[in-house]
Amino acid sequence: MIVRILGDGQFRLDDNLLDRVNKIDNKIVKHVSQGNKAEFARDLANLISTVKELAEPLDPVEIIPSDLIIPPSDLSFEEAKQVFCDEGLIKG
Amino acid sequence: MGFLDRMSTVVQAKMNKIMDKIEDPRETLDVSYEKQLQLLQNVKRGVAEVTTSKKRLELQKAKLQMSLDKLDGQAKEALQAGREDLARKALENKASLQAQSATLDQQIADLQDQQQKLMDAESRLAVKVESFRTKKETIKAQYSAADAQVKITESVTGISEEMADVGMAVQRAEEKTENMKARSAALDELLLSGTLTDYSGSDDLDRELAKAKAQSSVNDMLAKMKEEIKK
Repeated sequence: MIVRILGDGQFRLDDNLLDRVNKIDNKIVKHVSQGNKAEFARDLANLISTVKELAEPLDPVEIIPSDLIIPPSDLSFEEAKQVFCDEGLIKG
Repeated sequence: MGFLDRMSTVVQAKMNKIMDKIEDPRETLDVSYEKQLQLLQNVKRGVAEVTTSKKRLELQKAKLQMSLDKLDGQAKEALQAGREDLARKALENKASLQAQSATLDQQIADLQDQQQKLMDAESRLAVKVESFRTKKETIKAQYSAADAQVKITESVTGISEEMADVGMAVQRAEEKTENMKARSAALDELLLSGTLTDYSGSDDLDRELAKAKAQSSVNDMLAKMKEEIKK
């Protein structure tokens, strides 16, 4: 599968690893809803480093839509909350 | 709904904006290409803005460093003149400035990171745009209208996602540099108004120190004269 880390480009990730990514994703949802800033930052960093470690960067020549979009590493807790409030990451 | 699904929705909304309202699919290719070239210009401008902000902070940092060095020198002079109270004051001021200086270091490092990321994004986008251009000509030349539609959707969707990503990165960088500009202007104001110059080149401290030095040289001269009279 093709994964995009916003701000870092696209990566090719083995389909078998999706479970691992989903687990961290669920944790992030929980942290945002419970207001755990520190845990949110830790697991977001963990998600990004896991993908970078396990996936191969995609050759930029290839033009393929991604199956999964991962937020940028500097996403703040407030921005994450906005993502859930349908305001989007960046307005407009 | 997972966090990553939400992220996809955010990006999808951006992509829809990039791709909207084009009737003729072949025209889609050209319009998209035009937009890609525009975006490349935007990224270049973004990189330039971040670079300028970084230079500005580095200049401030250099100014602060000069103040720090000066305070250090003043503290030493004060000690030599036997005025520990003045030395203490200079060092207290130095500690305040050091905190400012550490904040600046962090901000400079952030901008450095931002600059690198945008430059990487620019070169990835440039490669993709060139690849898209080749693809677009092939699609126009080789495919029947029906097949072309599929190919066009595929490549336009792919490149629009890249454009949404890069567009957001530029916007985030701009917001960050705006914030830093405001803070850096505030620091300039402090330096000008004297709140910080009081710390660094403090007139009081200079005057006190001059007095202390004069006092100690008067003492020296007095001692010398006393010796001479004794002889």
